[in-house]
Amino acid sequence: MDLDKFKVHGEPLIYGAMVSIALATIGILVGLTYFKKWGYLWREWLTTVDHKKIGVMYILAALLMLFRGGVDAIMMRLQTAAPEMKFLDAQHYNEVFTTHGLIMILFMAMPFIIGLMNVIIPLQIGARDVAFPRLNAVSFWLFFMGAMLLNISFVIGGSPDAGWSAYFPLASLEFSPTVGNNYYSLALQISGIGTLITGVNFIVTILKMRAPGMTLMKMPMFTWSVLITNVIIVFAFPVLTVALALMMFDRLFGSQFFTMANGGMDMLWANLFWVWGHPEVYIVILPAFGIYSEIIATFSKKNLYGYTSMVFSMVIISLLSFLVWAHHFYTMGQGVMVNSFFSITTMAIAVPTGVKIFNWLFTLRKGRITFTTPMLYTLAFIPIFTIGGVTGVMLAMASADYQYHNTMFLVAHFHYVLIPGAVFAVIAGFHYWFPKVFGFRLNERLGKHAFWWIIISFNVTFFPLFFLGLMGMTRRMYTYSEESGFGPLNMLSFVGAVGLAIGFVILVYNIYWSTRYMPRDTTSDPWDGRTLEWATPSPIPAYNFAVVPNVKTRDAFWAAKQDNVPLFEDKITKIHLPNNTGKPFILGVIFFFLGFFLVFSMWIPAIVAGVGVIIMLAAMSFDRDHGFYVPAEEVIATEKKLRGETV
Amino acid sequence: MKIDASKPLEYSTEENSNKIFGFWVFLGAEIPLFATLFTVYFVMVNRFASGPSGKELFEIGPVLMETFLLLTSSFTIGLAIHAMRHGYKKAMMFFMGITLLMGLGFIGIEIDEFFTYVHEGATLQTSGFLSSLFVLLGTHGAHVSFGFLWGAGIMIQLWRQGITPATANKAFIFSLFWHFLDVVWIFIFSFVYLKGMM
Repeated sequence: MDLDKFKVHGEPLIYGAMVSIALATIGILVGLTYFKKWGYLWREWLTTVDHKKIGVMYILAALLMLFRGGVDAIMMRLQTAAPEMKFLDAQHYNEVFTTHGLIMILFMAMPFIIGLMNVIIPLQIGARDVAFPRLNAVSFWLFFMGAMLLNISFVIGGSPDAGWSAYFPLASLEFSPTVGNNYYSLALQISGIGTLITGVNFIVTILKMRAPGMTLMKMPMFTWSVLITNVIIVFAFPVLTVALALMMFDRLFGSQFFTMANGGMDMLWANLFWVWGHPEVYIVILPAFGIYSEIIATFSKKNLYGYTSMVFSMVIISLLSFLVWAHHFYTMGQGVMVNSFFSITTMAIAVPTGVKIFNWLFTLRKGRITFTTPMLYTLAFIPIFTIGGVTGVMLAMASADYQYHNTMFLVAHFHYVLIPGAVFAVIAGFHYWFPKVFGFRLNERLGKHAFWWIIISFNVTFFPLFFLGLMGMTRRMYTYSEESGFGPLNMLSFVGAVGLAIGFVILVYNIYWSTRYMPRDTTSDPWDGRTLEWATPSPIPAYNFAVVPNVKTRDAFWAAKQDNVPLFEDKITKIHLPNNTGKPFILGVIFFFLGFFLVFSMWIPAIVAGVGVIIMLAAMSFDRDHGFYVPAEEVIATEKKLRGETV
Repeated sequence: MKIDASKPLEYSTEENSNKIFGFWVFLGAEIPLFATLFTVYFVMVNRFASGPSGKELFEIGPVLMETFLLLTSSFTIGLAIHAMRHGYKKAMMFFMGITLLMGLGFIGIEIDEFFTYVHEGATLQTSGFLSSLFVLLGTHGAHVSFGFLWGAGIMIQLWRQGITPATANKAFIFSLFWHFLDVVWIFIFSFVYLKGMM
């Protein structure tokens, strides 16, 4: 075997990363052993099937990935900060922008949203769990192992370097001969399967496990947005599965799908990728809309304005999201009629999105607004996202796009959409739901500091890119000459990126500080919330609701508080819960090795791992686990304790 | 676990009916999966490069045999579920066994077909057309193979535990999967083989 394949050559930065990864790993292993936490880690986290804990793990992983993608971002902005920079070489720059895009979309934004979804959805619909708790653990471990597989690529074998969209023929073996794009196909495949399972799981959870009385049109808006998102996942992710499989066949087995000769067709990749890739944008953005709707209603003390139109606009967005994919390659010669069709469908998305913006504004109107940290992010989202939306309509015009295509204008546009549309939303949701999960609030003062750093720096970073794009600076070029005149604006953008990093550091520090010093919350309803998740004690007991609530109106908890509509009418009885299981974790680890062996074309170990996967699936099928019951007395005692009463 | 006796065994608990609904949603995801593979095939169908075309490769004999086996097995899995509803464990195991054997026969013929193609110089690497053909047929074949292992596992559980809400649920979901593979095959038979031979 050729050990040389595993090595990454010649980059001091990468050697530094290797050393720090090794040190961090050793540190974690030593720390776990020293504090005797192995058993705790295994029992409480690695084997858990509790949707709240799985959600917390998703969010932790997403925060880690935010850090990694953020380092990539800083490196890119530094490399382009001044003309003729020599910080990164061209190959390394290619790898950095590729993994930045992949990680931020697939391993930061999506898991963060899926994490919030895991924690909150069963609570919001008054359910005790998701429909398939063990499958939920499988989803998480597949996502996590896929993410790890992509992350080791830059120290073992080399990262993908053909852009996050991996266009062929650039991503083919001929033009991208390192194993980087093998990692791309396998890491995304493994975590994508996990996402698809999540999609199925949450569709069933939301449609079948709502509390009695909660009709579809009484569901909280976040639940609605998650339902629609999961429908998009179920229809879009199989396309990615196929595309990645074909990519793998082309690169590992020499098939001719995307080649330039022998009957292959490189444009087929672009089409398949974006048939998944465009709906993916809405997979990360629709839940964000749901989060904002909850926060605006809560902190304006008003019902969400235009609930029905909100739901319909999301349904329309989800349908249109499948009809716009070709706007990603207007300039690749597909003819006037095709461009016109996709131009019109793309612009049409602005209409339902505009409806939502106006609904939020009308919710704010005459509301009693409190400016908490989550509310600040929400209020900042509206104008910034609108700038992103308007520039999106500019890009949607096929003829004009011949000017903007592949320039920094595009980069500015999608950061103006995705950062307020996804990142601000998950941060807002994180601050908003944090006390529900952990039983104390994050510090507001630190939260607001981080907010101002992030909001101002965001605009300093990305607004100059609009002008750079219009000046003709193409994206993905690793350096430029001084005569181009791109220098000053790029420097400004770099300064903004540093500010953003400071903002995120304050945010993380806030988590640390609040964990140590913030007073514990005994009310379980710190924001005066409206939906059912605030009706459980904080931190939430394993069974969520001691008594399943009876829902009569929208915002049922608000109605219970304001108008004394009774919520919990039944008696406490014994509660059935599933047992923990280590099998999903083991399955994930085997998938990790399967992916790794395939990346390096190590066939015999790969076959062994493949057999291992089948054995694990069989083991899960043969498992006769009926779970256990929490006795009624124990439920009553737990409830009293969590509500601060003496037993 | 509450068992609702008014419903068939496979639907009798909340968990069971959720699992069946969840599997329907999963099959909903299998539709775009195969639709994408068919689309890729139709894009590639005339891109032979220097390799053979479908007309030169396809033979009706083995394909008819495959069709016969798979369609009949879809009928026998129906009989197995029918036996299950009446609580006849032995009959159910018998029909499931027949189903799986026919599935195995199908896989055998398909493997033989692939060997024949490769022997004739039509490999995955030859042309865009053949790549898409092998991957479309191979994905369906992999589903059937996986189904064989899955079904065998369920038969072992049936044999050990008898017809319980859990095993009935698994067998019913397996039957949905098997019928779905049959539907996909009908599309492959019509639009790949018959159309290719025209």
